Amino acid sequence: MMMKRSILALALAGTVVGSALPAMAEDQATPPRLKWSFSGPFGKYDPAQLQRGFKIYREVCSSCHSIQMLAFRNLADPGGPGFSEAQAGAVASEYKIKDLDDQGNPTERPGRLADTFPPPFANELAAKAANGGTAPPDMSTLAKARTYQRGFPWFVFDAFTQYQEQGPDYITALLKGYEDPPKGFQLPQGGNYNRYFPGHNIAMPPPLQAGQVTYDDGAPQTMDQYSQDIAAFLMWAAEPHLVQRKRIGFQVMIFLIVLTGLMYFTKKKVWHEVEKPHEIAHRQDPKKTTI
Amino acid sequence: MSGHSTYQPQNKFLQWFEKRLPLGGLIHSSFVAYPTPRNLNYLWTFGGILAFMLGVQIITGVVLAMHYTPHVDMAFRSVEGIMRDVNFGWLLRYLHANGASMFFLAVYVHMFRGIYYGSYKEPREVLWILGVIIYLLMMATGFMGYVLVWGQMSFWAATVITNLFSAIPGVGDAIVTWLWGGFAVGNPTLNRFYSLHYLLPFVIAGVVVLHIWALHVAGQNNPTGIEPKSDKDTVAFTPYATVKDGFFMAVFCILYAWFVFYIPNFLGHADNYIPANPAVTPAEIVPEWYYLPFYAILRSIPDKLMGVIALFASILVLAFIPWLDTSRVRSARYRPLFKQFFWLWVVACVGLGWLGSKQPEGIYVILSRVFTVYYFAFFLIIMPLLGIFEKTKPLPNSISESVLGAKA
Repeated sequence: MMMKRSILALALAGTVVGSALPAMAEDQATPPRLKWSFSGPFGKYDPAQLQRGFKIYREVCSSCHSIQMLAFRNLADPGGPGFSEAQAGAVASEYKIKDLDDQGNPTERPGRLADTFPPPFANELAAKAANGGTAPPDMSTLAKARTYQRGFPWFVFDAFTQYQEQGPDYITALLKGYEDPPKGFQLPQGGNYNRYFPGHNIAMPPPLQAGQVTYDDGAPQTMDQYSQDIAAFLMWAAEPHLVQRKRIGFQVMIFLIVLTGLMYFTKKKVWHEVEKPHEIAHRQDPKKTTI
Repeated sequence: MSGHSTYQPQNKFLQWFEKRLPLGGLIHSSFVAYPTPRNLNYLWTFGGILAFMLGVQIITGVVLAMHYTPHVDMAFRSVEGIMRDVNFGWLLRYLHANGASMFFLAVYVHMFRGIYYGSYKEPREVLWILGVIIYLLMMATGFMGYVLVWGQMSFWAATVITNLFSAIPGVGDAIVTWLWGGFAVGNPTLNRFYSLHYLLPFVIAGVVVLHIWALHVAGQNNPTGIEPKSDKDTVAFTPYATVKDGFFMAVFCILYAWFVFYIPNFLGHADNYIPANPAVTPAEIVPEWYYLPFYAILRSIPDKLMGVIALFASILVLAFIPWLDTSRVRSARYRPLFKQFFWLWVVACVGLGWLGSKQPEGIYVILSRVFTVYYFAFFLIIMPLLGIFEKTKPLPNSISESVLGAKA
């Protein structure tokens, strides 16, 4: 899937801060901004949502998309989908992993926790041949590799509001963005029209429909729910330590703000005599004046 | 490094050591007793911040190098391995990637300050040129570090930048092949970039030592631009400058931590999370934000060779400003016209940064050309002429007079 990209970027609010994002042509719709459990300074992944997203990945996406940087053990990592080690092991054992036996002959064995998810195709050429000439991208970093143009001045505000969920917003919108091409739009053979895809012509046919995946936890089996759940799962797959990062970040911030405060008053005390030039000029003792 | 040391250690061992190698005296005279102008504002804390950032980059970089694999088939995966499987690897990598941006942010503040207050003028020419050399080394280091990730933008940035040398008449293509170590950007290119990316920071550290040495010989400039004349004009480095630098470093770290922990990918490009693919060209290739003004200058000129020359000239011209600026008054505080031209120049720099991220078409090309012309005119025409025609404001007699008022 070759995304046509152009760039946006930049700005500055006193300082130059650039951010370059794949752009969308003028007629491309902006993905709606959604609420995510993992947004903001205290964001955390919702384990139930990640488990639902994982179910969608297994039952739908994994037939074409690899996710090769994800290991089965990751399913039981803290801050993730919250599977137990035994559950993750059970998932692993359902996969067949290519290996060598003791005699060095190719063999297949059940997956183990340490294995990564095996890809659906033997290699990129096989993936291309089976998908009309376009290899479906690996999903390990997909949620961070996809975004949309925010434009000036919004991306400046994003630095302050910590809006970092353009990737999941875009993926959610894309999954729901299939529609009939408008009159006069020449859709190449084998292409599909998507409102949100740059250039609108996407090789991937609509992958999901309502009711396709059965949820065990009573969550609605709608396109809205499906597309958000898989986008959240992909975000976790791309940034598995997000929860730890934000938790430590808060502690670091508290530390730095206290440190800054202490440094400020220390500085003020030390510079007291130097910064009281008028008292010195009038021959008063600066040590006797208050800060 | 300046003046003789009054350092008298009490400890017997330190006395013994000092007689054999006066290291304590050197540190004492450089960072304790060293007189700093009393009127330095917070812009003068960025030198210390830059030294701190160089340290952060070297420490995080050395540890990252322990986990990184410089091979075209494994580099991207090894970076993701750092993000996923190395304990606190995500922290190291985000500190290093955002650290580069913070380093450049600080160096730009440092350079703007130097130009505004005339810190490049006699007797600080060598100090200034050493700074320009450090900046050039930083640019090379930052670029090669970005390539190591081996994402789409890494690969194509490496291709575009190395291809600049093909503009050299006659030998250009041969030079590019030599730089690549092959006939395209590939494994030899990645290997040598890795090697140089590890080497150059230590070269920077060496030039930084010279930079600080030159600083301590010439003494610091200050917002008035006049030299300290008596003890009343200065305060000791420790505790005054140390505590002030420390305070502002803490403020700077809050900004740094905000990026690292909350918006670590804000300054990056989404395409660099796609593994490098020589068969797929991104629709547009942009460098990191800190190179954008120079990228805009490059693209504003239709001829490739002239564009490359303008790109390098825009950096090298900085080395000549001690002689291009003919004014005897250092600080823009007493130069009403220079002050206005300076801020226009800042607008041009920032504007070029914005234009560097835009497609080179329509109004953007015209604006790039206007700003590029002004960028060079500021150094080559305005600086030499202002010294002759500008009527400067009267200078105070001393730093303490400017701080305390004329009555003191």
